[in-house]
Amino acid sequence: MDFSLTKEQKLAVQLYREFAEKEVKPYVEEMDETEKLPDGILEKMARAGFFGIPFSREIGGAGADYLVNAMCVEEISKISATVAGIISVHTSLTATGIQQFGTQEQKEKYLPDLVSGRKIGAFALTEPGAGSDASGQQTQAKLVDDEHYVINGTKIFITNSGFASIFIVACMTDKSKGNKGISTFIVEKGTPGFIVGKEEKKCGIRASSTCELIFDNCVIPKENMLGKEGKGLGIMLTLLDGGRVTIAAQAVGIAQGAIDETIKYVKERKQFGRPISFFQNTQFQLAEMQTKIDCARLMLYKACVLKDAHAPYGREAAMAKLYCSDVAVQATRLAVQLHGGYGYTREYPVERMYRDAKITEIYEGTSEVQKMVIAGFMGVK
Amino acid sequence: MMKIIVCIKQVPDTTEVRIDPVTNTLIRDGVPSIINPDDKAGIEAALRLKEEVGGTVTLVCMGPAQADVALREGLAMGADEAILVSDRAFGGSDTWATSSILAGAVEKLDYDVIITGRQAIDGDTAQVGPQLAEHLHIPQVSYAQEIRLEGDKLIVLRQFEDREHEIEVSMPCVITALSELNEPRYMSMAGIYSAYQEKEIQVWGFDDLKDTVDSSNMGLKGSPTRVVRSFTKQAKGAGEKLEGLSAEEAVEAIVNKLREKYFI
Repeated sequence: MDFSLTKEQKLAVQLYREFAEKEVKPYVEEMDETEKLPDGILEKMARAGFFGIPFSREIGGAGADYLVNAMCVEEISKISATVAGIISVHTSLTATGIQQFGTQEQKEKYLPDLVSGRKIGAFALTEPGAGSDASGQQTQAKLVDDEHYVINGTKIFITNSGFASIFIVACMTDKSKGNKGISTFIVEKGTPGFIVGKEEKKCGIRASSTCELIFDNCVIPKENMLGKEGKGLGIMLTLLDGGRVTIAAQAVGIAQGAIDETIKYVKERKQFGRPISFFQNTQFQLAEMQTKIDCARLMLYKACVLKDAHAPYGREAAMAKLYCSDVAVQATRLAVQLHGGYGYTREYPVERMYRDAKITEIYEGTSEVQKMVIAGFMGVK
Repeated sequence: MMKIIVCIKQVPDTTEVRIDPVTNTLIRDGVPSIINPDDKAGIEAALRLKEEVGGTVTLVCMGPAQADVALREGLAMGADEAILVSDRAFGGSDTWATSSILAGAVEKLDYDVIITGRQAIDGDTAQVGPQLAEHLHIPQVSYAQEIRLEGDKLIVLRQFEDREHEIEVSMPCVITALSELNEPRYMSMAGIYSAYQEKEIQVWGFDDLKDTVDSSNMGLKGSPTRVVRSFTKQAKGAGEKLEGLSAEEAVEAIVNKLREKYFI
């Protein structure tokens, strides 16, 4: 068992840190306030190659592993979970989805644009009535002639929608078959009948785009079906395993970012005549929390290493997501507490991190769903 | 097709250097190494010239084996090739010895322009670039804050104390770059992976440079520098500009000036 990073991974981490420090950090408060990304940030991320890390260089990727992709999300999340989350959904769900389940034609048509970051991806599974119970899909796709499907229905809470061009959408193609009647489709922005609806006003990750998607007699060519008919739920759940890993990475990044900020603060803040870092309460709380973060990171990296080795990793992905997100919420809560009254104000970044952390326990499978998955692997049914 | 060489140095990130409060000495342990900022601007300038007119960018770095990572970083930014000049015998070299060794290395390469950083943040001498030009007997323009190509010449805007000089220089030449020259690009992820997986860094030791480097000019023994005192240089006045003179008249005027100041 070797815990050391490769030379490539070390240099990549250096790049992530430089980028986050110079291109993201100056804008984090503004992003949170205005709920908008700074101009040009997506293009800059694309130039640095952040949207195609685990894809081959032949198609414009970095030819790197999933671990270093997760490290990208982790490092950027230390500064901004909002910006890092864009990479997570784009890479783990949309681009990987087409790479893993697409036909040769679909790969040639969509992957170069996705991997280079010229186009951003989104992933639409959740509906008003289908959250944790993904099988309750109401959006329907009907074959109208031999060449086209017509989609009708509504998706909600779809990350990246506002700036995405390529969407993977789960639809019911045969309601009578239940879970086996779900299929997935690739829908491009601008297709008639496909409307990106209102932006949600969120508690955290406020500059990330989360919208409703409306399909109103949206006609798409038959060849846009991703994978085989009726296999949609399996495809979505397989992709979510990978997604959970990068959400776990986002959580670890938020947790570490909050603790890093707190270490700076406790050395400066004086009470009772000395920096509060002198007090055992501060020392013990931070020591315990850093231990939990290291533990969370090990679970995350283990899930990545398994995925890179093409070994089963669904169990480890669910555990990493469950634990890392819990640690993110705990760490940010501690960070606010140790900052005291200042931590509750927007003068310091930890209250934002606290708000950002919460989503990691909810999206891409709530903590409760992760527990269901883990219990399933344990044979406790 | 322009052949561009960029000489870079790996230096400790001085923004990360802390002072030991007990001994008052620099804590060097755990300080990350970076590409010297002026040199990084040199890489960026070279890449922009290459993008504009086509060509190749070759990085040359003298240093220990660990300097490999600085060269990989330059490759990941987009440089084509990299050479590490490294040998125990080069250890302890001052600027004279360093520039002698670099000149020996560069002589083995084809080039139109050599770009170096103005100075390294760990030594601040600003001597290696200009000395390199002298060893190679080619023109030099130091303190470049802007470089552009016009025909077969380079036009360089040189920062000079309280003003700027616009200088036309023929190639081959040496230019020393200021970090103000540009905002260096980031590495790219594909660049990082290709720098390690597809590119090879040549390592040149003394054996490879025997015919171009004089062994008396290298290492600690070949380093004549003794630091007596360090101080900040005073800026000079604007000087006197002589215009409308023929070559002969100009020579006479300059010689007279030198006599007047007792330089000759």
